[in-house]
Amino acid sequence: MRMWARALLIGLFLAAPAVGRAEPIDFTEKLDIGISTDEIAITSDFRGADLTIFGAIDGFNADLLAQGKYNIVVALEGPKENTTVRKKERIFGIWINTSAMTFELVPESYSLSSTRDIDTIAPPDDMNKLGVGVSHLPLTPVGFIGDGSNLTEFREAFKRLREVTGVYQRDPGGVQFISSSLFKASVRLPADVPNGVHIVRAYLFRDGVFVAAKALPLRVTKTGLEEAITAAAHQSPFLYGIMAVLLAVITGWLASVVFRRD
Amino acid sequence: MTVYLPIAELSVNILIILGMGAAVGFLSGMFGVGGGFLITPLLIFYNIPPVVAVATGANQVVASSISGAITHFRRGTIDIKLGTVLLCGGLVGATVGIWIFALLRRIGQLDLVISLAYVVLLGSVGSLMLWESINALRRAARNETVPLKRPGHHNWVHRLPLKMRFKKSKIYLSVIPVITLGFAIGILTSVMGVGGGFIMVPAMIYLLRIPTNVVVGTSLFQIIFVSAYTVIVQATANYTVDIVLAFVLMIAGVIGAQYGVRVGQRLRGEQLRALLALLVLAVGIRLAIELVIPPKEIYSIVSGGFGF
Repeated sequence: MRMWARALLIGLFLAAPAVGRAEPIDFTEKLDIGISTDEIAITSDFRGADLTIFGAIDGFNADLLAQGKYNIVVALEGPKENTTVRKKERIFGIWINTSAMTFELVPESYSLSSTRDIDTIAPPDDMNKLGVGVSHLPLTPVGFIGDGSNLTEFREAFKRLREVTGVYQRDPGGVQFISSSLFKASVRLPADVPNGVHIVRAYLFRDGVFVAAKALPLRVTKTGLEEAITAAAHQSPFLYGIMAVLLAVITGWLASVVFRRD
Repeated sequence: MTVYLPIAELSVNILIILGMGAAVGFLSGMFGVGGGFLITPLLIFYNIPPVVAVATGANQVVASSISGAITHFRRGTIDIKLGTVLLCGGLVGATVGIWIFALLRRIGQLDLVISLAYVVLLGSVGSLMLWESINALRRAARNETVPLKRPGHHNWVHRLPLKMRFKKSKIYLSVIPVITLGFAIGILTSVMGVGGGFIMVPAMIYLLRIPTNVVVGTSLFQIIFVSAYTVIVQATANYTVDIVLAFVLMIAGVIGAQYGVRVGQRLRGEQLRALLALLVLAVGIRLAIELVIPPKEIYSIVSGGFGF
């Protein structure tokens, strides 16, 4: 049952982005990618790693390929969550969070790799439509945002903070052709890579035009003692709280026995 | 040597955490306080998220209060009946406090309110203590005897209704101020991660006129149950108790406390109080500075849920 639900969930993840996106129809090119595993177990001393993705272009035009007109972008998108950006202002001499904006379902992590700087691959409008690249991710505010005059400000702050902390990364040059139509992409898993279903997305552009895409799910699970503790804290929080108190009681009691002076 | 804190979600140097726990344990043993009001701000200075620092601080308070309470229990200096009445107020206060905590967290003002509460509390308690101990030191220098108001003298508190007899404390007292005191301390425990002994003890002595010999034991009795309750509710409602961090702090804390007690016995009472007052003020000022100086980054990101 759980497996079934998981498969359904992954299916939904893969299906969702197709809606409202420019879907290529009459191109002959096909894109295929593969990763050695669909699940990565990460130990708690994980300090970040590179994930290599192999892929092939099918049905390509040999002349264009030889001229280097094909470009590939590979993105590893983390699980999506509503995310709030807050801004501090000085009030009566104290710095206080005064305004905030919540963006709808943005990836917790995002790692991008491409054959060249993506702004030179296709026009920004196309990238916006596809939602490819840190600066082109759709950031839709949730709820009331007033006249929207501060929308740009919050979007910029969001992207900057995510890039500064290393959870959003880009590597222009991370995708390399290893033969005429085979390529290898390496995307970075940040040290604090979030748990959950990540999606590897690959996009093929021919001479500045988006022609094909492919997506694969990648499940990231953290393992080890620390992860077991996190799981316990979230799955059986009441028992976890009792354990924490018991630990304190035993420690305090032991101390009074060991150091008893009267 | 680093250790990853699963709930705080960051790696810290275990030696620094051990050092913090030992130092606060030492001071708490020396001054006879729980240390929650020092450990939580120290954790915040070390970049532990305030939400985690508060809940984990409450957990550390349980451990540091237990050994003290056991000693008092052996000596028979706990008024269980009085403690239970305090506890009734305390549990309600802690529940209200957790609710306030969750609300503030949702609207993004929790960190600010925690810092402000610490600045106000540490600032006022520190100043009062410093004032009192300097006067005591002056009197001691002039060889004057201290005109202590005898417990048993009545004030407005003793005219309140709903009186109850507390045999151990040899006192006949209205339950209203006792429950109110417990309630207020309960809120402080869940919002600030303190045991509240440094407020409860003076309030019991000067306001309720409870005999000094049962005050510390009885306040420890109430602190254990209220902070244990807070830990369980924080863990259940907010997932903010970091058991790894708490354990490291506890171990270092209980050991540090043993050495603190020994040093404390060699110092005079008013000197101790003056030192503690200076320490409390220093922590308060450090937190106040943090609120006033322009932050390096005026934006912050939180995942999950909604904000406004």
